[in-house]
This record gives sequence, C-alpha cells and structure tokens, in this order.
Amino acid sequence: MASSQTWLLRPLQERSTQIFLGVLISALIVVTFLHLFMPQDSALHVSAYTVTLLGKYLCYALLAVAVDLVWGYLGILSLGHGAFFALGGYAMGMYLMRQIGDRGTYGDPVLPDFMVFLNWDTLPWYWQGFDMAWFAFIMVLLAPGLLALVFGFLAFRSRVTGVYLSIITQALTFALMLAFFRNEMGFGGNNGLTDFRDILGFNLRTDATRLGLFIATGIALAIGYIICRAIVTSKLGRVSVACRDAEARTRFLGYRVERVQLFVFVVSAMLAGVAGALYVPQVGIINPSEFSPLFSIEIVVWVALGGRATLYGAVIGAILVNYAKTVLTGVMPDAWLFALGALFVLVTVFLPKGIAGLLQKRKKAQHDDDPATAQEATA
Amino acid sequence: MGILRSLLSLRLASLLVLLMAIAAPAFSQTEEDPGQALLANLADASPRQMDAAIEAIVNSGDPRARSWLDAFGNNRLSRNKDTGQVVVVLRNVGRDWTIADPLTGENLGEISRRELDRVNINNAIRGKLEGVLAMLDLYSTNPEIQRTAAEAMMGKVNETVIEPLNNLLAQDLPARVRDRLELAVAIYQLEQGDAQAKADAITTLTGSLHSRARAALNNAVAGDDPAIAASAKAALISIEQKLKMNRAAETLYFGLSLGSVLVLAAIGLAITFGVMGVINMAHGELIMLGAYTTWGMQQLLPGQPGLALILSIPAGFMVAALAGIAIERSVIQYLKGRPLETLLATFGISLILQQLVRTVISPLNRSVTTPEWMSGSLVINDALSLTLNRLYVIGFALVVFAGLMLIMRRTRLGLEVRAVTQNRAMARSMGIKATRVDIMTFALGSGVAGLAGVALSQITNVGPNLGQNYIIDSFMVVVFGGVGNLWGTLVAGLTLGTINQILEPWAGAVLAKIMVLVMIILFIQKRPRGLFPQKGRAAEG
Repeated sequence: MASSQTWLLRPLQERSTQIFLGVLISALIVVTFLHLFMPQDSALHVSAYTVTLLGKYLCYALLAVAVDLVWGYLGILSLGHGAFFALGGYAMGMYLMRQIGDRGTYGDPVLPDFMVFLNWDTLPWYWQGFDMAWFAFIMVLLAPGLLALVFGFLAFRSRVTGVYLSIITQALTFALMLAFFRNEMGFGGNNGLTDFRDILGFNLRTDATRLGLFIATGIALAIGYIICRAIVTSKLGRVSVACRDAEARTRFLGYRVERVQLFVFVVSAMLAGVAGALYVPQVGIINPSEFSPLFSIEIVVWVALGGRATLYGAVIGAILVNYAKTVLTGVMPDAWLFALGALFVLVTVFLPKGIAGLLQKRKKAQHDDDPATAQEATA
Repeated sequence: MGILRSLLSLRLASLLVLLMAIAAPAFSQTEEDPGQALLANLADASPRQMDAAIEAIVNSGDPRARSWLDAFGNNRLSRNKDTGQVVVVLRNVGRDWTIADPLTGENLGEISRRELDRVNINNAIRGKLEGVLAMLDLYSTNPEIQRTAAEAMMGKVNETVIEPLNNLLAQDLPARVRDRLELAVAIYQLEQGDAQAKADAITTLTGSLHSRARAALNNAVAGDDPAIAASAKAALISIEQKLKMNRAAETLYFGLSLGSVLVLAAIGLAITFGVMGVINMAHGELIMLGAYTTWGMQQLLPGQPGLALILSIPAGFMVAALAGIAIERSVIQYLKGRPLETLLATFGISLILQQLVRTVISPLNRSVTTPEWMSGSLVINDALSLTLNRLYVIGFALVVFAGLMLIMRRTRLGLEVRAVTQNRAMARSMGIKATRVDIMTFALGSGVAGLAGVALSQITNVGPNLGQNYIIDSFMVVVFGGVGNLWGTLVAGLTLGTINQILEPWAGAVLAKIMVLVMIILFIQKRPRGLFPQKGRAAEG
C-alpha cells in the first residue's frame, strides 16, 4: 500500500506538476472568491453563467488530458474519445433523469418523460440501479472502461495500429452515434437526456450547486492530471513511450506491448468518462451529438494546439480553443468552422509541438532538468 | 351490355369522326354539334335511362366522349340553371366555380355555384362507368393509353366487360396488352366461372407475379371446391418461389447499386490512401465538389439537364482534381511520412470546404435534375423493376473502375506511381520525378472523387454534408478491401453494399449500418490488412 501511495504521489515532487497544480488551484480559489464576494455590479464579479462556462472548459481540459495520455505517450491517435466522454455523460444523465422522479411533465414516478412518451410501461433493465448515486458513479467509470477494454483488447491483440486504429475508433463513435439516435435504444433518441433537477439532493439550478460542480471539476482535473503524470513517469509510462516510438522493438525486448496499450487506453477512457459525467450536470443535457466524429477529432486538435505529450499543453489547448469557440460562435457563427479548419492545418504544418513546444524553446535551460520533456524532445 | 358490344365498332367510328373533323371544319361549325344533344340527353336522363344515355354517347364515337364521361364520373358535369347548357366544372372551390364548355373546351369564366345544377350519378352507374371508361381506353389507338388501360383492368373485370374483353382478345393485340387482359379475364373466371373455366384460369395464372393474381388464387384456395383449391395452392407455391427469386434479385440489385456508390466514393481514396499512403479526410468534400459542379453546370445550361450532366463528368473531374492539387501542394507535401498529422490537417481542410459551400452557395440542399433518359425504371416483371438512375450509376462505377485499372496497369503514369510507392529513392535514381508523380496521383484520386460526386448527385441530395456522409464508409471500404488494392476496393464495396441491403429488411436502415460497421471493426481485428492484403515488399511500407 505504501509503495502504491508513493507511486501516485511522486508527481507531486515534480516541478512541472507543482506549477500546474498551483495555477489550477489558485484559479479555482480566485474564481470562487470573485463569484462569492464581489458585488454583482462590480467589473470583477464572476457570474454563475461564467462559472459554469469555466466548469465546462475544465471538463474539456480533463478530456484533452485523457486524449493526450494515449496520443502523446502511447502513440494511439484516438478519434473516438468523444464516445467515452459521452458514455460517462449518459451514465450521469441516467442518474439525473431518475432523480427527477415524479416532477417530470408526465409525473411518472419511475419512468423518464421520453419513455412515457414512447408508451413504454417498464424501465429497461439497463436503467435499473441508476437511481442510486453510487451505482451511477461506478457506471461512469465502468461503461467507458468496459467499452475501451473490449475494443482495445480486440484491436491491440491483433496489432491494429496507426492510421487504421484511428479510423476504426472513428467508425466506433460513428456507429454509437447512429445507435444512440434510435429511440428504441432507450436513451432518449434525438433529444437525449435533459431537464435535470438535482444532483445528490442539491438543486442543479442554484448558483451554489454550479459553483460546487465547478470546484469538483477542478479537483477532478487535478487528480486526473496527477494520475496521468504518475503513469507517464512510472516504468509503465516509459514502456508506453517505447511502444509509441518503436512498437516492434519494444515487443522484441520482451515487453507485452498490448497489455501496456490496453491499460493506458482503459485508464484514458475512464478519465474521459469522468469528464463527461461532470460535463452533463453543468450543461444540462446529453444527446447523441457528443458521439459525432467531429467532436472527437476536435479534441485531438486541442491537444495538438497545446502540445502533444505534455499533459499541461492539452489543458491549455482545450481551454484556448473552447474559449475561442465561445467568442467566435457568439460574434460570427459562420466563421467558427473556418477558424477551426485553419487551426487544424496551421497547427499541424507550422506548430507540430504546439504551444508547449514554444514555451519549451524559451526555457531551454530548464528543459534539460525535466526528464519527461527531455524524452519528448528526442521523440 | 349493349353499350359495350357497340364499343367494338368504336375504333372505326372514331376514325370517321376524326376524318370528318379534318375534312370539314366549316361543316361541323354550321351544323349543330351532335354532342350538345347527347349531353342534354344525359343530363335529363332518369337513373333508369342513364344506361341508354351513356350508351348513346359511347356509340356516337365522338373523340370527346372520354372527357365527358370522365367529368360525369367525377361529379364535374353540371347544368346551368338559366340557359340549360351542360358545362364542365374546372374548379369547384369557393363560391364561384370556373366552368368550361364541354363541346369546345372553351373556358366560360366563373359562375356562382348556385347557378349550377349537378348532373347526378349514383354508385351503380359509377361502377359501370369505370368499366366503360377502361374499355374506351382499351380501344384507344395510342399504345400507351391502351397499355395503362390493360394494366388497370387487373382485378376490375366484372360481368359487364367480360364479353367485349373476350371479343377484344380474339383480335390482334400487342403482346403486353394481350398478356394483361388474359390475366385479367382469368382472375375473373377464377372467381365467377364454371369448374372448367376455373381450372383453365389457374393454368393461366400460374407463374404470374401480379399481386391481384395472387389475391385471386388465395381466394380460390379458401373456396369450396377441393380440386380447384389444391391446384390453386400448387400454383401459389410456384408463384411464391418465383417471387422469392425476384426478391432476392431485387435485394441484389439494391445491394449492387449501394455497393457501386461505395466503390465510386472509395476508389479515389484507394489511390490516394491505398497507393500513396496519404490520409485525405477531405476526400468526402472532393466528392461534394463534384456534385456541386453538376448542380452548377445545370444552372449554366437551364433546360438541358442531360447535356449538363454529361459535361459535368469532365468538369467534375477537373474541379476536384484541381482542388486536390491545391491541397497536395499547400499542405500534404509538408507532412510527408507523418500520416496522423496529415489526417488532422486534411480534416481541417474538409471543415473549411464544407463551410465555404455553406457560406458561398447555401446551407440547404440543392436539387439536381435527373435527365429524362435516366429517370423511370426498367420493368423486368410484375415483381421486379430496376430504377434506371441506379442502373446508370452501377455502369458508371464499373467504367470508372476499369479506366483506373487501365491507367494503373497500362500507362507510364501507373508504372511510375507503382515504382515511387514501392521504393521512392530507387525510383528517383532511375530518373522518375517523384514530386510530379505525387501530384499526378493525388490529382487522379481527387478527380475520381469528383466523378463520384457527379454520379451521387443523381441519387442523393446535394448539400454541404454530402461528403461527410461518405467519408467513413469510404475508409471502411478501402480498409476492408485491403490497402493498395483496387480489386479489393471493388469487391469490398460491392460486398458491403449487398450485406447492408440484406440486413436492412429485418434490422432497419440504421441498425443495418451499425451492424456493418461493427462487422468491419471485428473483421479488421481478425485480418488487419483487409480482404486482399499486399504481399512482398510493399506490405512492409
């Protein structure tokens, strides 16, 4: 037990992790302070809307960290991480739906509104248990984890890698999207799950709950970051980087490449699921569009912009791109896709190491002390 | 009964009237129009006299008889209360109705509906009228009308028309009309005839795929005569077998049609991705450009959709090929050897192209006209008809495939492409300009995507999302078939299309698609390099 603790806590001794956590926690504190103690009319006041928006960005950041873990350190470009995110979101959404109870439009104590609307008379078996928070929260981890386990087991065992893997992950999320669009699936079809009321007894529409969710997301991001950092600095992490750079050679050296890949992939999927689960109560809806291939590939561009294989770069990228999206879609909705498309092209052609790469160039001296980034540079 | 017997002489009579009308227009104008009396007679007739009045109209052999009786059957024949003139109501909405003169067809303007008195018709007369009208059409000299009338006769034969029908059958008839009428008579006989007639009818009906024939046989199976019921049952079983074959053929046709669409969409990708190893996520948008070229061409040549479509084939190729060259020069060449980055960059390009179309043209679907020679369908039999546009697409896909095969196998470019992909350094040292080959190959693959777009514009909506809908499918086809193998793409495309169509009836369209995707995902686990993996040195690349 003691050794596993040190394994998890070791990242805390790293300089980069300390800086990251310091920035993150101070941001949480500042936002909380500005929200609670600044008067409403002050320019410094952070509204509840902004708090939720920031919470959403943090969810995306956690999702980006998960993608960076597999793409940056394992060399697997997953174009289907949106599926894990959405599955976590649906698990949370199902819990929230059950919490509505008889307050829905149709007032059915057990069945969610859309099922009453579809004339279903009993709850499908896979909805059982979601009225209990602990069960739902376990499913948030299990549902994406299991999918990643089965999918990864099949894919890695038969050594599907590179572009092929990317394309079939994309097909996976596409297939899931089509499936969740069907009403018969029992997940609300087109409209998805929405109209949530409360979580763990707290009303979702109050500012205090929103702030709580924002802080919870920040903490989840911190923990997720530490877990990823712990993995990549461990021996397992080094093997996974070896897999990324020379898969066949690693295999010939006697490592079970597919097990390493499977472990990292499943952890990443679970992190994505947690991000989705925190996203849903803040946004107030989950629908099949989260499964769309476009969303999954957007995540990749956040990571690419921030800088691959740095983890903190993924966080920067996710927040920057989504902030730009919020601003641009508000000002010129048509321009957003142009901007996003241009971002894809410019980042891959001109900025292959992302923003983190630029930062590293500046701090060349510090660069040599940091083992992880040194590895990245040689990769 | 008398009405119909007299129909026999109708052809001659109508010819005569026609001749008269041509020869002496002045004569027919000065004389009182005989039609007026006929119509007045009909309008005045009591229900009992109706038959005779209709008979008189039919016997007159007047070419306008059809339209009068039609109007009568549709409650459109009315009488002006003031003048007593019989008129046809053209529009019976609102308070004032538009009327026309049934004799000249001249529009008489609007009149209050209170001024009109409808010529009444009861259901018994209406039922007979249907038969009479159908018979009138059967005697038509226009083969098209005659055929439709024969088609309409199926299951509509009753005691009033059976005799004239039999008389008609004794004459010379086009084969198709005769076939239809014989079936129609047989259906009637099976219901009403004596035992011998029933047995004969079953022989005639055996092998017919028409739904009415099956319905009649089904009734006969339920009938009281055991011998008839048994033979009807045997006939039904043989029909059922034939139907099954036809349904299988239809599924196969739909499958091939969907498959050829997949092949068209994927074959360009098989060149850029399969042969060159470049992941072009903007491939779907190149298809879209081809489809929009067709639309643009039709806008340039209004009223000539056929010519526009044919011109779109080279135009669509050029537009997509030029776009492909632009993509290759501006982005892909800098990302050589970094497939994942290429994937992301070209995805960005696809977003830009989509949004460009949305902003410049419209976010809504554009409609592309199908030329006349491509619409309609090829009727094989009652249970099977092949839509022509899909037939053309299948043919087009095969032609494009054959053309590409020729280019890759028989031309200098194909040789150079294969050399460069197998060993770039060696090819260059042999004097092949590798960069030029890259550009040409990418242009070729992109141009083929444009061709796919031209074809797709004929069977699906042309909109900004057109490409997106095909990109995943296209990659699946290429990966399933085996990268770098054009034959694999062809086989994979047709197979996936057919499997999809086989699954669709019992799983539904969406579920069938999901099942196919899952199947491919599982298949790739088993055979990561597709149906036809490359062997030898090329496989290691």
